[in-house]
Amino acid sequence: METRLADGQPPGTSGPRGTVIEFKAVNKWFGCLHVLCDIGLAVQAGEVVVVCGPSGSGKSTLIRCVNGLEPIQSGELHVLGECISRAGADMPLLRSRVGMVFQSFNLFPHMTVLENIMLGPIKVKKASRGEAESAARGLLERVQIPDKASAYPANLSGGQQQRVAIARALAMQPGIMLFDEPTSALDPEMINEVLDVMTDLARDGMTMMVVTHEMGFAKRVADRVVFMDGGQVIEEAPPGAFFAAAQSDRAREFLSKILTH
Amino acid sequence: MLDFGVVLKNLGFLLVQGFLGLGAFGGGTLALAVPAIALGFLLGIFIGLARLARSPLVRLPAAAYVELFRGVPLVMVIFWMWFVIPQLLRLPIPEYGVALTAFVIFEAAYFGEIVRAGIQSVPRGQVEAAASIGLTRAQAMLWVVLPQALRNMVPSLVTQMIVLFKDTSLASIIGYVDLTKAAQIVNNREIRPFELYLFIALVYWACAYSMSRFARRFEPRPQGA
Repeated sequence: METRLADGQPPGTSGPRGTVIEFKAVNKWFGCLHVLCDIGLAVQAGEVVVVCGPSGSGKSTLIRCVNGLEPIQSGELHVLGECISRAGADMPLLRSRVGMVFQSFNLFPHMTVLENIMLGPIKVKKASRGEAESAARGLLERVQIPDKASAYPANLSGGQQQRVAIARALAMQPGIMLFDEPTSALDPEMINEVLDVMTDLARDGMTMMVVTHEMGFAKRVADRVVFMDGGQVIEEAPPGAFFAAAQSDRAREFLSKILTH
Repeated sequence: MLDFGVVLKNLGFLLVQGFLGLGAFGGGTLALAVPAIALGFLLGIFIGLARLARSPLVRLPAAAYVELFRGVPLVMVIFWMWFVIPQLLRLPIPEYGVALTAFVIFEAAYFGEIVRAGIQSVPRGQVEAAASIGLTRAQAMLWVVLPQALRNMVPSLVTQMIVLFKDTSLASIIGYVDLTKAAQIVNNREIRPFELYLFIALVYWACAYSMSRFARRFEPRPQGA
């Protein structure tokens, strides 16, 4: 596979080295539902962490906390050297340094692909239109849809939309990329084109937290698998150890359900 | 026997004075409707945004405003402006000022509800996506939510603008010389109510229909996935 690194800057270097995400005894409730129970978890720069678990286990909520889309009620959460759980944290600044890709793409339907990608750099980073556009075109090369620059999201396939969403997040040159079930809304034949882009990103050294049911991706790309159930981190292990010999009953039961069909 | 000669004979007065407001009486349907629509919509945007504000200090007064003016008849608001406000302020307000203020205040409540519903029709994921690339709440509203919301609002907005346009005929009750009042003035002299009121009905209808045709090109087209 040829390299898709379009811009000269080595990715994954925009954040500090060492621990870039750290959950310390984090708790979160939705009303009286305890969705995150006493979470402790650290992610190192350049690491790819896959979060898996049954639906309702709190894995999406977990990564949505990392860029502050969900507030936490107790504990501490440090991201890229900032304590984001304290009152008055600059969330727009944090979010401009943490990219997020959603299950349902969430492209802006009233803008072209290029405008979708350029919006953040122009409005947040105050880049000129020229700079933003050449960077956006570079990113479209990187996600392999350079010919769709002037298309509207409604005219793209699901896989293409998700690759644009990845390019939109990368345009902010984030130190961390979060993926919330990025392939769950895709038709099967489009899943791989999105996973390929994510694999390249991981190879280029991007720090990634990925909620997914794609266990093949986890085996090939992840440095660590985090298994959640009932709002708790039940188990974390390198993918080899996790898939070969999960320690907990709940993880083994989960794996038997998703790997046997 | 119908005699539409009466319309032709008074066409200048009805249209130039009554409809456009270019004449000795001031007044005019368009001179009232156009600024009332523009200002009412502008105020409505702020009321709609205020109703969605996080702070109850902003949200609750906006909600009270909408509930108050949606719950009283327009004629009553016009009467307030005409009889009560000049007494309180101890200064006379001209018909035009009274009518325009009443319409803007009253219609802003309706426009505010349309704006609120339009903003709420934009999926939550759009706001999250905008936030996730680092836009502030205000930037997300301006560049992501409002452009989509405005398109979704077009059908209800146009309906409300047509309603407002026709309701300007109520300004005639305080002596404002709009198209309806102009027809009344002519009729008092000519006693040709059928022809005169049929004619102004046609003028109102033609305007309302053109507005609705014109708006159709801005309506959102269904988007294929």
